[in-house]
Amino acid sequence: MTNPADTPIRQASVGYTQPEADCLLVRLAGSWTLKEGIPSIDEFSRRITGKTPIRQIRFDGRDITRWDTSLLAFLTRLMGQARQQGMTPDLDGLPEGVRRLLDLAAAVPPKQNTGRGDTQTGMIAQIGAITLEYLRGAPEMVRFLGEVTLSFGRLLRGKAQFRRTDLLLIIQDVGPQALPIVSLISFLVGLIVAYMGAVQLAQFGAQIYIANLVGIGMVREMGALMTGIIMAGRTGASFAAQLGTMQVNEEIDAFRTLGISPMDFLVMPRMLALIFVMPLLTLYSDLVGMLAGLLVAKTTFDIGTFEYYHQTVHALDLTQFAVGISKGTTYGILIAIAGCLRGMQCGRSAQAVGEATTSAVVTSILFIVVAASVLTIIYQQLGI
Amino acid sequence: MTPDLKPQAQPEAHITVRDLTMAYGDFVIQHDLNFMVRRGDIFIIMGGSGCGKSTLLRHLIGLKPPAKGQVYFDDISFWEAEPEEQETIKRGFGMLFQSGALWSSLTLAENVALPLGEYTGLSPAEIGEIVSLKLALVGLAGFEEFYPAEISGGMQKRAGLARAMALDPDILFFDEPSAGLDPISSRRLDDLILELRESLGATIVVVTHELASIFTIGNNSVFLDPESRTMIAGGDPKILRTESADPKVRSFLNRGEP
Repeated sequence: MTNPADTPIRQASVGYTQPEADCLLVRLAGSWTLKEGIPSIDEFSRRITGKTPIRQIRFDGRDITRWDTSLLAFLTRLMGQARQQGMTPDLDGLPEGVRRLLDLAAAVPPKQNTGRGDTQTGMIAQIGAITLEYLRGAPEMVRFLGEVTLSFGRLLRGKAQFRRTDLLLIIQDVGPQALPIVSLISFLVGLIVAYMGAVQLAQFGAQIYIANLVGIGMVREMGALMTGIIMAGRTGASFAAQLGTMQVNEEIDAFRTLGISPMDFLVMPRMLALIFVMPLLTLYSDLVGMLAGLLVAKTTFDIGTFEYYHQTVHALDLTQFAVGISKGTTYGILIAIAGCLRGMQCGRSAQAVGEATTSAVVTSILFIVVAASVLTIIYQQLGI
Repeated sequence: MTPDLKPQAQPEAHITVRDLTMAYGDFVIQHDLNFMVRRGDIFIIMGGSGCGKSTLLRHLIGLKPPAKGQVYFDDISFWEAEPEEQETIKRGFGMLFQSGALWSSLTLAENVALPLGEYTGLSPAEIGEIVSLKLALVGLAGFEEFYPAEISGGMQKRAGLARAMALDPDILFFDEPSAGLDPISSRRLDDLILELRESLGATIVVVTHELASIFTIGNNSVFLDPESRTMIAGGDPKILRTESADPKVRSFLNRGEP
């Protein structure tokens, strides 16, 4: 007794015969499964475009042992080829199920003018399209800035609606919780500045000026810049992800329908939190950086603590701190704007939230670097 | 002289849509929509998938300005009104979003309390009482301190309804209320909608293609057609089912049977 499972399964095979001069008979046999791949139709194309004109195409599928989509794909390909030659194959010899599925697939014609498709555009057109896309983004950013300004105005007049507890929670999240990473990065940056400077200064026997270098470097530039970059990655991304997810869940629409401005309720507390926290974090970062400088000076160059302290105090004045803190605060505002802007612009899918987050970090860092350069030049020109 | 397009004073007209065209950029979704929702109606916006039902709702609740045409509430044209007046009109809306759209960082109680806190002069204790009452109405008493992520989808939807009802709105909008609900929950939601109309006297606008709901609750409707991109029928769905002149509408309301 033979069990179907015991009989060796023959691979899919295609044979072509011409029982009559103008009739092509396609013999399909064996097991047609996707695992084994889809046979090529080259032989078929060769035959129907050959010298002897073919008028009729028929099938013999009696020896097919089993089949799945691979057979349908093969037949669709083959029939497409046949139609190009103006022939309609006669499907009668195929298994009933195959015929039904082919009918089903052909029942609804492909939708035309969906606006999608293989419209190949040249490189210049693509560059143009990308540029236009960016240009379209510009008015959106300006509108957002306008809305932020209006919302800020309402806040000053005491009319902006948001919950004080939200503000405190956000401050907690962006401030104290960021201290460990700010400490680590500031300490390492202080260390690096001190070492790099010390090696050069030692050549002139001027190691004590490490204090000046680290002090001024951290307070004027590095403290604010490092804190800014950390906050861009930590907080800017988190703002964009929070607001983006709220956009996906229609939570922002829910605010709008209630007549509550999402600008006042969501963007303002985030902006205020960063404006409040950034100066403090910048100052903290300055101090940690100088502490790292002291460590290098003491351990490697035998400079006393008091000596280092004295030199630092001598080198710095309040103006330097004001310069650094004003930069830090500016970065904070820019991070809040970039994070909230990207979050509010977010589309309605998980993919879009990811893109919004990435874009928030990139935009924040771009803003920070541009602002750092502009402010440095301005302060230089003003002689501060 | 341009003809006066303002609708005549009809005491029962609550929402009137005039020559509304909706578009995303250059792509027109629906054009020349004209219909009227009477006060106290349960008005169904229906049509096949992708015909712009939810987009129409976004136009009605003031989230998306129309490409052309007007939406009147009583006899005020929403999109021509001053921002302050728009805010006042919107305050009379309650909206249940498809996903519930509860604010995920707030508890259920805080979600319902937020509109009350913003727009009423009630004390926190009074707000607390109202919040409990609203949550009890949708069968969620005792869930005040839960966060939206901690409850099921059906419960989120009911909590969303409690929030939509917080300010005792004149008009309640529902976007696919039964989507994602089991038949029993979906039936209970229908009963709740009928109950709200009876008790609050609110006008209710529902986007749905759930036939059971359409016939149970709807007494007026508009049918949007994705092919011709405009409305092809309007009126009581129970009558449209047998008497509509358009075979598409009859087929839709009879689940594909002609």
